[in-house]
Amino acid sequence: MSKQYETVIGLEVHVELATKTKIFCSCSTEFGGAPNTHTCPVCTGMPGSLPVLNKKVVEYAMAVGLATNCQITRHCKFDRKNYFYPDNPQNYQISQLYAPICRNGYVEIETENGSKKIGIHEIHMEEDAGKLIHDEWEDCSLVDYNRSGVPLIEIVSEPDMRSAEEVIAYLDKLRLIIQYLGASDCKLQEGSMRADVNLSVREVGAKEFGTRTEMKNLNSFKAIGRAIEGERARQIELLEEGKQVIQETRRWDDNKEASHAMRSKEDAQDYRYFPEPDLVPVDISEEWIEEVRSRQPELRTEKLIRYKEEFDIPEYDAKILTSSKQMADLFEAATALCGKPKKVSNWLMVETMRLLKENGQEPEDLKFSPEHLAKLVELADAGTINSTVAKEVFEHIFYEDIDPEAYVEEKGLKTVNDEGALRETIERVIAANPQSVADYKGGKEKALGFLVGQTMKEMKGKANPAMVNQILKELL
Amino acid sequence: MEWMEMTAAELGKKIRAGELTAVDAAKAALEKIKEKDEELNCFVTVDEEDALARAARVQEKIESGELTGPLAGVPVAVKDNICTEGVLTTCSSKILYNFKPTYSAEAALRLEQAGMVMIGKTNMDEFAMGSTTETSFFGPTRNPWNTEHVPGGSSGGSCAAVAAGECSCALGSDTGGSIRQPSSFCGVTGLKPTYGTVSRYGLIAYGSSLDQIGPIARDVTDCALLLEAIASHDKKDSTSIARESYDFTSALKDDVKGMRIGIPRDYFGDGLDPEVAAAVRGAAEALKDRGAVVEEFDLSLVDYAIPAYYVIASAEASSNLARFDGVKYGYRAEEYEGLHNMYKKSRSEGFGEEVKRRIMLGSFVLSSGYYDAYYLKALRTKALIRQAFDRAFEKYDVILGPAAPTTAPKLGESLSDPLKMYLGDIYTISANLAGLPGICLPCGTDSQGLPIGLQLLGDCFQENKIIQAAYTYECVRGRFPLAGQQQ
Repeated sequence: MSKQYETVIGLEVHVELATKTKIFCSCSTEFGGAPNTHTCPVCTGMPGSLPVLNKKVVEYAMAVGLATNCQITRHCKFDRKNYFYPDNPQNYQISQLYAPICRNGYVEIETENGSKKIGIHEIHMEEDAGKLIHDEWEDCSLVDYNRSGVPLIEIVSEPDMRSAEEVIAYLDKLRLIIQYLGASDCKLQEGSMRADVNLSVREVGAKEFGTRTEMKNLNSFKAIGRAIEGERARQIELLEEGKQVIQETRRWDDNKEASHAMRSKEDAQDYRYFPEPDLVPVDISEEWIEEVRSRQPELRTEKLIRYKEEFDIPEYDAKILTSSKQMADLFEAATALCGKPKKVSNWLMVETMRLLKENGQEPEDLKFSPEHLAKLVELADAGTINSTVAKEVFEHIFYEDIDPEAYVEEKGLKTVNDEGALRETIERVIAANPQSVADYKGGKEKALGFLVGQTMKEMKGKANPAMVNQILKELL
Repeated sequence: MEWMEMTAAELGKKIRAGELTAVDAAKAALEKIKEKDEELNCFVTVDEEDALARAARVQEKIESGELTGPLAGVPVAVKDNICTEGVLTTCSSKILYNFKPTYSAEAALRLEQAGMVMIGKTNMDEFAMGSTTETSFFGPTRNPWNTEHVPGGSSGGSCAAVAAGECSCALGSDTGGSIRQPSSFCGVTGLKPTYGTVSRYGLIAYGSSLDQIGPIARDVTDCALLLEAIASHDKKDSTSIARESYDFTSALKDDVKGMRIGIPRDYFGDGLDPEVAAAVRGAAEALKDRGAVVEEFDLSLVDYAIPAYYVIASAEASSNLARFDGVKYGYRAEEYEGLHNMYKKSRSEGFGEEVKRRIMLGSFVLSSGYYDAYYLKALRTKALIRQAFDRAFEKYDVILGPAAPTTAPKLGESLSDPLKMYLGDIYTISANLAGLPGICLPCGTDSQGLPIGLQLLGDCFQENKIIQAAYTYECVRGRFPLAGQQQ
């Protein structure tokens, strides 16, 4: 490869909003549920039914727009996108084309090369489609409309990204902002956040963009990274061979680490967009914008600063603690209860991260309550349990969210502070290990450790280590 | 007088007085339907058993004092594009030949709350597309005044049923004149309310931005009563408007003194039947004699209403009718290979010619490259037409004119030339484009004995002005007979 190429990437990100009800009817948005149980005439496209806009969707979209420095469209409208597919019960999707709710925003990302602004072209509101399930046995397709009408926002970036690293930093930034706003849980695997990658390559220094392709079916950050590398290589190879990149939509197969063409631009449908006549335009007043702005929660950037200042948490730790809203919420709630930010942080940074990694989980999957973590910190701090026991108890909190006080009580894990009992055990240990006693007396400090270990073993780990040390030395 | 010769208000009064029961009234209507409907074909579905059961329940509530309204116990018919829970709602189309909605339209629910007894669903042009009720999959409805003639459309079934005495009153829908034009052809009174006055929830959409449900009845009083029953602010319909007042009956006053009535000169040009012109001018004279200030003026832009209407209505229809695809309900082709073939065959076989014509027209005007030239231009034209009316209503309380250029044509004359049929909508369409209320009531008959309709248009939310003018004219005119009844 003689020429130097630059990759140009823009993203279309769909985010399922965390409203309780659908965008145009009062059906539940809850995931799961028997097929077609969260449905009504509106979200199944029954003749004569009419949509009514869920105001909460507008507020979430505004919140995301404000957090990404967008202009809010004061007189925003819905349009119909017409296409036939059975998962789309009306055979049109209510979306926004001509007057989307947010425009001209940006987010700042940080990579190894420093910080960079990624432009946001627009954010629009729309409805999700149902799900098709193909029944191979019966050779027929079934439709489940539970997801039909679940609210989505689509965030369309400018073609401002130049590498997989930037794309992932951008997605991570969006994910954190939206999670912090409470607007969505943003889980790529479960589809509550979906990203389509528009990518083209051009020679370094070229003014014009190359022909782009759109990549779909990217279900994890890793898949996105691999798909970008793969597509960049594919396009460069074509250009090097003197061939042309065809403008098309491609589908990524992460198992094969390769993509295949879904449809070319020529096959692209004419969606015959036109203003949705069943909805009236949404007029967004200055007051409404201010109301939403005033309710915006603290976002990550602000939290990072506060953690350092208020809790004296080091930058690296603060970044990990704020890397998900779930973790940050846990940290703050547990700290508020026990007043020991560093200890709480330590449990989250070390044991929690270790267990998440062992189980292949994300911080969003954390299930335990801050009350139980706070109690554990207090138990350990008061010396009611020693650190070995504390780790064991924490594992039970992590997996089963047990109440540590009740658990310690029930299992008899309290540290033994009874001097008489300790003395008795230690005397037995000394009598049983004359060689070690001799070694210690002969100047081998290590022998003391062995004797402490033996005592702890006898006491089933519940002894107060400081007391054991003290009594041992005394008796020896 | 026979029960079915009475107006809804008269019948309601007799029922409240205990002179007959709601069941008697329902039976009388069903009797008439049995006698006449085989020839007229006003009804797609007659719901005899349920109607009698409903009537019995209503009667109990009347006797217990729970129902005291003026229309309690009165039989009513509902156009077949208005959803009725558990009762076939076909839009007179093969594609919905077996469709029973799981819910009722808001307007239908409100009839029920008023204690009215629905006796059946009326025939119409398929999906309300047509001016003759000949495009129905279930065959044409015939005009009760002369069965060789059409009843008009698309609410032809409702208008003919009222004119024939098969029901006391009915609901229709009006997208481009579908209540007023067949009212004109059938010699009944029909009112298209201001857009947003009657909920569209449960009305199977044709042109969403133009559709309104409205009353069809024997006289102005019944129309006002029925409108009061069905009008409401409905949160289920985002385009429904919270009006300051839902009182329409207080406008039933015999008084037009000082009322300013404008007659658009543009409405009396080429194509208007001289007999129609004479009858309408006669009605204007009558109102003038009663003290109204009547003058002619130039409305302008009249010629642009038809193209703008057919672009907008067809565009919306092409999208609204996309849901009829054989997947979820209604007709599905028996044999097909794969999804796209199933769509194509179901829709090709399920829709009639006129519907397909408008779906294609609408898809074309929305397609990329044509959207600006057709759809956007039509929207701009719509806005200009609205402005022309705004200017007119600065000067006039009511605009008076014909509802249709002719009286009812013969069956089979209109469909061969759709463009000519579209031109017949010239006087009614503007009210839909501008969202205005309009009423049509009979003002005479032509030399063939076919009714002629007078149309009165008002500014938005000024139903009461046209009701008052219409009521005053009606007092001068006297009771208009049912079809076949001696004058």
